[in-house]
Parts: sequence; C-alpha cells; structure tokens
Amino acid sequence: MKLEELSALDLGRKIAGRTLSSREVVAYFLERIARFNSSITAFSQVCADLALEKADQIDRQIASGMAMGPLAGVPIAIKDILCTREMRTTCGSRMLENFVAPYDATSVEKMERAGLVTLGKTNMDEFAMGASTETSIFGATHNPWSLERTAGGSSGGSAAALAAGMTPLSIGTDTGGSIRQPAAFCGVCGLKPTYGRVSRYGLVAFASSLDQIGPLAHRVEDLAACLETIAGHDSRDSTSINAPVPQYTRLINRSISNMRIGVVREQIEHAGLAPEIRSAVNRAMEFLTGLGATIVDIGLPHSRYSIATYYVIAPCEASSNLARYDGAHYGLRADTKSLHGESPLEDMYCHSRSQGFGEEVKRRIMLGTFALSSGYYDAYYRKAQQVRRLIFDDYHRAFEQADVLLGPVTPTTAFRLGERLQDPVQMYLGDLFTVGANLAGIPALAIPAGNDQAGLPLSIQLQGPPLAEEKLLSVAYQLEQALFFQPRTANLS
Amino acid sequence: MTVDAYRQVIGLEVHVQLSTQTKLFCGCSTIFGQPPNTQVCPVCLGLPGSLPVLNQHATQLAIKTGLALNCQIAATTKWDRKNYFYPDLPKGYQISQFDQPICYEGFLDFADPNDEKALRRVRIIRAHLEEDAGKSMHDEAAGRADSRIDLNRTGTPLLEIVSYPDMHSPDEAKGYLTELKLLLTYLGVSDCNMQEGSLRVDANVNLHIESAGRTIATPIVEVKNMNSFRAVERALVYEVDRQFAEWKKTGREKGQAPKQTRGWDDVTGVTLPQREKEESSDYRYFPDPDLVPLKIEKSQIESASNALPQLPSQLRAWLQTEHGLKPYDADVIVSQGSHLVEYFQTAVAAGAPAKRISSWIQQDVLRALKERGIEISALPVPATKLASLVNAIESGEIDTSRAKEVFYFWMENPSSDLVAARSALGISSVDRGEIEEVCRQLLDENPQVVAQVLEGNAKGLGSLIGLAKKKNPNADPKLVRELCQQMIESRRTSS
Ligand SMILES: [Zn+2]
Repeated sequence: MKLEELSALDLGRKIAGRTLSSREVVAYFLERIARFNSSITAFSQVCADLALEKADQIDRQIASGMAMGPLAGVPIAIKDILCTREMRTTCGSRMLENFVAPYDATSVEKMERAGLVTLGKTNMDEFAMGASTETSIFGATHNPWSLERTAGGSSGGSAAALAAGMTPLSIGTDTGGSIRQPAAFCGVCGLKPTYGRVSRYGLVAFASSLDQIGPLAHRVEDLAACLETIAGHDSRDSTSINAPVPQYTRLINRSISNMRIGVVREQIEHAGLAPEIRSAVNRAMEFLTGLGATIVDIGLPHSRYSIATYYVIAPCEASSNLARYDGAHYGLRADTKSLHGESPLEDMYCHSRSQGFGEEVKRRIMLGTFALSSGYYDAYYRKAQQVRRLIFDDYHRAFEQADVLLGPVTPTTAFRLGERLQDPVQMYLGDLFTVGANLAGIPALAIPAGNDQAGLPLSIQLQGPPLAEEKLLSVAYQLEQALFFQPRTANLS
Repeated sequence: MTVDAYRQVIGLEVHVQLSTQTKLFCGCSTIFGQPPNTQVCPVCLGLPGSLPVLNQHATQLAIKTGLALNCQIAATTKWDRKNYFYPDLPKGYQISQFDQPICYEGFLDFADPNDEKALRRVRIIRAHLEEDAGKSMHDEAAGRADSRIDLNRTGTPLLEIVSYPDMHSPDEAKGYLTELKLLLTYLGVSDCNMQEGSLRVDANVNLHIESAGRTIATPIVEVKNMNSFRAVERALVYEVDRQFAEWKKTGREKGQAPKQTRGWDDVTGVTLPQREKEESSDYRYFPDPDLVPLKIEKSQIESASNALPQLPSQLRAWLQTEHGLKPYDADVIVSQGSHLVEYFQTAVAAGAPAKRISSWIQQDVLRALKERGIEISALPVPATKLASLVNAIESGEIDTSRAKEVFYFWMENPSSDLVAARSALGISSVDRGEIEEVCRQLLDENPQVVAQVLEGNAKGLGSLIGLAKKKNPNADPKLVRELCQQMIESRRTSS
C-alpha cells in the first residue's frame, strides 16, 4: 500500500482500527525519508529512534483500549523553529546549530498529547527570513516536482516533505506567506490561522506581530484535524485569542451555496500574475458559482503598499527579537580571546553575530535597526503601522461584502534555485499576495489547483475574516472534492 | 547677590523594586539572596520562543504608589522595548514603558529641611513599570578579567519614579528621598532595602549661575552608583562644588557639552566620568508586540484609592491636631513606621494620655526595640499594658522611676501583670507616716541641707530624695520633697 497517498486522517483511522500499526506507518515514512531526503533536504534532523519508540507506545495504548484522538499514531514533521525538548531547534542558523530548548512549544505539547509522532524537524530559511529555503545552513530544500526549483519558503522543508511523501502531515510557520507559498510551490495544502488562534509560545520569534503557526497537509480535512489539535488559548502567550476551538473536521462538509466569494481586483488583474494561475482562479470561481455561491468584486486599495509595509514592520521586530543571540548565554560564541580590542565584550558581540547569522538575516536586522532609529522611527515604523491599519480596514470592509476572498497565492509557480538569491527585492515581491493576511491578522489558506504545462503545481488562496477558519476550510473542501483532485506526491525515484 | 551666586537644580530618578512574589513577566520567585541563576526560567532567561505574561500584582502596586504620589493614572498604557546590548540583559532589550507611563504628573510633600513647620513640594514627572536586569560580577582578582552573570534579579518588577528638578540642595534631596522611602514603606509596595538594591537612586544635577546679569545653566550631569541616602547627599555636595569649579575653569554651559554620566565613589568621595557611549546610545524604543496594551478601569483606580492606608503626612497631621503632639514628636513616631503608630493609637485608645505615651515611646520603647533589634510587633509589652502602666502613674499609684522598673521587668517577664511586677520588685504603696519618719531621720542626719534650704537654696532637697529611696525604695519622690520642705519650714518657725 502506498501510504503517502492516504490522508493523515485515513492513516489515523487505520491505526485506531489496528489494520496498520503506528510503528508500520512511522517506519514506512522513515524509510522514504532515508531514501529521498538527501536529494530534497526537507528534513534538517530526523529522530528515527524517538519516533519508533513513540509509535510503539501509541500502539500499546491503542491495544489496551485507551481512547485516542483521530491523529494518534500519525507521523508529523515539525519546522525547525518550534522548540522541542528532545531535538535541536536550529532555525536553520549557524547561531543555534547546537541549541536544544529546555522546553516544548505549546503546539508541540498539544501534538504530543494528541498522539502525533514527530519524525523530525524540517528545513527552513534561516530564522524564517526568506521565500526559498535557500538560506539554511543545511542547504537548500529542493522542490520534489522539479529538483532544480525551490520548494518555496520559509517553510520549504515542511511542504517538500509532504510533496515527496516523507510525511503525511507537517507544521510550518507563516509570517508573510511562509506556509502558503511553499504549499503552493509544492502542490499541497497549507493554512495560516488567525493571529492568536495558535499559541506562539515556543515559536522562535521572527516578527512577533505577524508570526503564526499552522498545518500543511495533502487534504483539507487534515488541515482541519491538525488545526483542531494545535489551536486554542494559551495563558503563556498574551496575544493568544481566548475563544473556543470549533470542531473544524465536522464543519468542513457544510454547504457553501449561500456564500459570497470575493475576488480581489488588485490580485486577479495584477500584471505580474502568471496566466495559468489566473485561469486556475477563474476555474475555481466558476465551480463555486456552480455550487450556488455568489461572486463579488472586491477592492483592497491599500494592498499595493503591503510589501513595503511588511518589509518595514517585520525587520523592525526581527532586529529586536534577534538581539538575544549575542553569544553571551547560549548559541554560537566567537572565539575573540586573541583579538585584544578596546572592548572585549563588543568584540565578542560583533564576531559572534557576524559568524552566527547569514546574509539575509543580517540584512533584515540592519533594515530594522535603521527603521527604528531615532529620527527615522516616524518615517518608517510609525508610518508602516498606520498603513497596516489601513490594510486591516480594507479587509474589514471587504468582509462586509464577502464571506471569503478568492485569489492567487503567488504571482508565479516555483522559481529556480539561485534565481532570486542575489536579488532580494525580487524575492520580496513574490510575497505580494500573502503578506496582507499577516498584516491584518486574518486566516488564509492555500490549496492546490492542478499543475501547469511544465508540471509545476498551481495554487489558489482563500482569505477570511478573523476566526473564520471553518469557512475557509469548507470552501477549500468543496474545491478539493470536485475540481482539483490529483495524486499529491511527486514521482521520485 | 554676589556675582557668582548659584542655584542648585536637582532631579531624582528612583528605581523601586516592587514586593511581588513573582517577577514582572514570568512566575519566578523574587526572593533576594538565593544562589546565582536558581530563580530563572525560559522567559526571564530570554530563551528563544519564550513569551512574557504580565504579573497583574505589579500593576496594582504601581497604581497604589501612583495614587499615594498624587499622580494621574493612565487609562491605557502599553509596553515598549528598550533595545541595548549588555550581558545582564538576556533578551537584548528591556521591557519598559516609554511614552505612556502608568502614573504621571504627581507630587510629594515633605518637611522643609530649613523650617520644620513648612512643607516643600517636589513634583513627579512620571512613575513607570519596567523589568530589572541581572547582575554582572566582575572578578579581576585572579589577574584576568572574569565576568559572571547572575540572572536571579532579571525580570523583577521595578517602578521608576522620576521627579522634576525641583530640589535645590542636597538636604532637600535627602528630605525627598527619606519621605519617599517612608511612603513606600507605609504602602507596603517595597522593602526599600538599599543594600539589596531594592531602592536605587540616580540624580540629575546642574547649576543655574547668576553672572554678568544673566542666568547660566551648567551642563546636566547624571550621577549614579549612590548606595545610601548619605552617599546621595555627599555625592551631590561634591558634584555641586565640582560643577562650579568646572564652570569657573571652562565657562562651559548646558548645550555646549553632551549630558554626562558620572559614578560616585564612596571610598574616595568623588564622582568620576562613566562611559559616554551609554548615554549617546539610541534605545530604539518600540511597542512590544508580545504584549497587549493594558487598560486600567476607573473602578480599579477607585478601589485602589479606597484601599490606601493612612499616609505619613496624614498621620503626622493627625498626631498634631488630634493628640496635641509637637511636629518633632509626631515625626519621630511616624518615621518609625505604621506599626508604631498603631501601637501609639492602641495605647491612647486604652485611656493613656497621648503626650505621656509619646514620650514613653520615644524613650523606653524605642530604646528597647533598638537594644533587642526587634520590631514593635515583637515587643513583650503590648500597647494596652503600657497604657495601664502610664495610667497607674497618672493616678499616683506608682512613680515614674518605679514604673520604668516595671516596664523592664515586663520585658523579661511578658506574662506578668502589674500586681505581679510590683510584688516581684517589692513595690508597695507606702503609708504616709512611714515616709514622714524617713524624712524626719534624713533631716536629722543632714543638718547642712536643712541650713541650705533655710537660706533659700532648695537644691539640696534633690539629694534627700535619693537618700530616701535608699531607705525605702517605694518612697514617692514627690511626696518626699513635699514632706521635707514642710518639715524644714516648720523647723524655721519653731527656732
Ligand atoms: Zn522566570
């Protein structure tokens, strides 16, 4: 049986019904990781022994008749930016190459409690700063659909691991599109929940007001099940939302015939949008109309400022969040004993940070430090916050007219590795359609929409008002059921 | 005014550690003096992925303090990051309040050091909450620089109280600090222990010099590292002289030199320049995205206001107007803290005269506390018992000197009552006839005293009282004096 073609929930059902053991499932995926990871670099760490041990434990619990959740015994891959007690948390950085957190992230604890079995940590752009998973110390992640292309980023490892059939489920984080864009490039589903829906405790911060943890999977129902597992209020995160968690898996099959689907003019008409992606959005629109949904034309006039706004706010927060990596307490400390400079402390700081961080991280720290400096704060940070408010207001108005917004995730399909590495602005512009949801704190979801003529995955995005994940999942479920069903793993040999 | 007359301009920044059980943004204990790095967690260590959660108790203490300092309390406040690198600051930023302090625009009145009957008022600019940093310990004894960091203190809540530059002498600065510390102690918001660093003072000082018909301001200097009120006073005296001499030499005015930071050296008694760099650094304040703005409801402020205890200034006034104490006496009692005031209050409520209780407290009670190194709550003689003793003196049952013996007997034998103490000390009410006999004997034995008194010099009577006490310890000195005087007078008429 090709287990990589089953949904995570199907695997869970088979494990619960004891037609498959968790050990068999875990061993199956570990074997695929062993076979393909060297060519994909989806995983930065694999913890085979731990995973098998955990799988055995789940099997014993199931055998003893213990009541378990729907994902018990199912393997999962976790982005290497969530703190885990039993594995290193490197963030793809030299700085944290050997860092082991003394605690588990809240979401990791919740997955553990649900009986999910962690296969390992997935590769990512250093500190999640990037859109191609090329800035990791573990090397670039390759797109399983086309190895010379990027898997996207920063959660490229999590998306590629799914597309390569190395895991049935994975966790990513999304600050400006880092779940949705790799999901789009790799032909899998990815959900960025509402800001505050999933606790950030234990998520190594890049930009605190934008970061959010979310699931990636082959199937919409798996997104729903995984979100149900990790969502919820956490007293350890002051920004977490105190609202009950709906049973998303039960709600996704609801009728969408009364829904108003908004199509964002600025996105669908964007000159840089690849025609095949535009066609995919149009096909989705037609299909939803066929189901009885109404299509509404929506304007998000301030969305044209979203990239500029994002690339002020995110680096500002990052410059402060990453100040703690100074070599004094943990992480990389440069050996500066032989320098005999005027200030040994400053030498230690400078050299540790110079050696520990890569180019893109340094670029963003410098951008943020500049934008927060006295004399520039008003022109950059304050102005960006004001525009952010306008972007939020745009969405607020849009959701008075539409229940869900439909559009593209990315302007193009997966680009070639190395193509944008020397051109950061080109790289940043690729976030055009995704950063809005982060700036507004709203949920957004990417689902596959077939492949283009070159065989590369196409994808469409759904965005909804705060806490409307169930609506996004319902619409995505309908689209998936009828229109875009396809084998989801790339053919690898 | 002479040509070089000047006015001292002093503002103080006081950092107060609030007495919460746990730190400002995590659940770690704030107890002082534990082994290094034992009161830490991922949050206060600033480990990747950790997030702060506000300790509401700290905001309650801040509101309480703000109200007692006559401050406005912000309806909404927020948290900002103050970014700078230092090894005792593990996150690389300090969570503080930049432009929306929780308390602002207040004042504190205290006794004018030059006139005990007058009040001085120092205005408060703001009082804001922030987290404390850790401690760096530099050990260069081993011949090499060896720095160690203790992060137990990291994240302890601090209230930074910033005054206007309203003080014009080191005396006034000391007066302000003394009153502030007393107020904080009454509020119970801090233990104000300067040795343990729970109260820290920085001063901003400059001079306004009248010269050639205009007022010249000298560059403002921030003085740090003063570890006692005495040190603050000495440092300010030194700094004022130094700035004047500096101005004489360079003529440099405010604005012509950057604000300087100087550290006080208590051993050599001088201030020395600290690194300029710290001062010129840009902290890149911005709102902390990990925390939500803090809304303070009117009802919360009202209930905090209703729960405020009687403050030192109110108690001083009460002791003076209600109990007729002199300002000095009222201040001595209030300065000892609220428990002593309660002791006074209980004794007076038990019917003892306020002035007598006041003098008993200032003499015997305070001496006993000092000798034993105890708090008033641990004094073996409770207020009601002291009141009964004072009442016995009032009614003439016992004289003051024997009453003091009773007091010290009670100190040793807390369970004994007045009757038991009297019998143990051999104090009995004596028959007037017995004392008359004693006096008669004394006059016979001391004809020179009789002669002196007859010549109009009554001083000798005092020595007779001492002698009478030797013959009978229960002799009431007042009675002895009275009887002796009568007997001498009668001898004059009979002779
Ligand atoms: Zn702590």
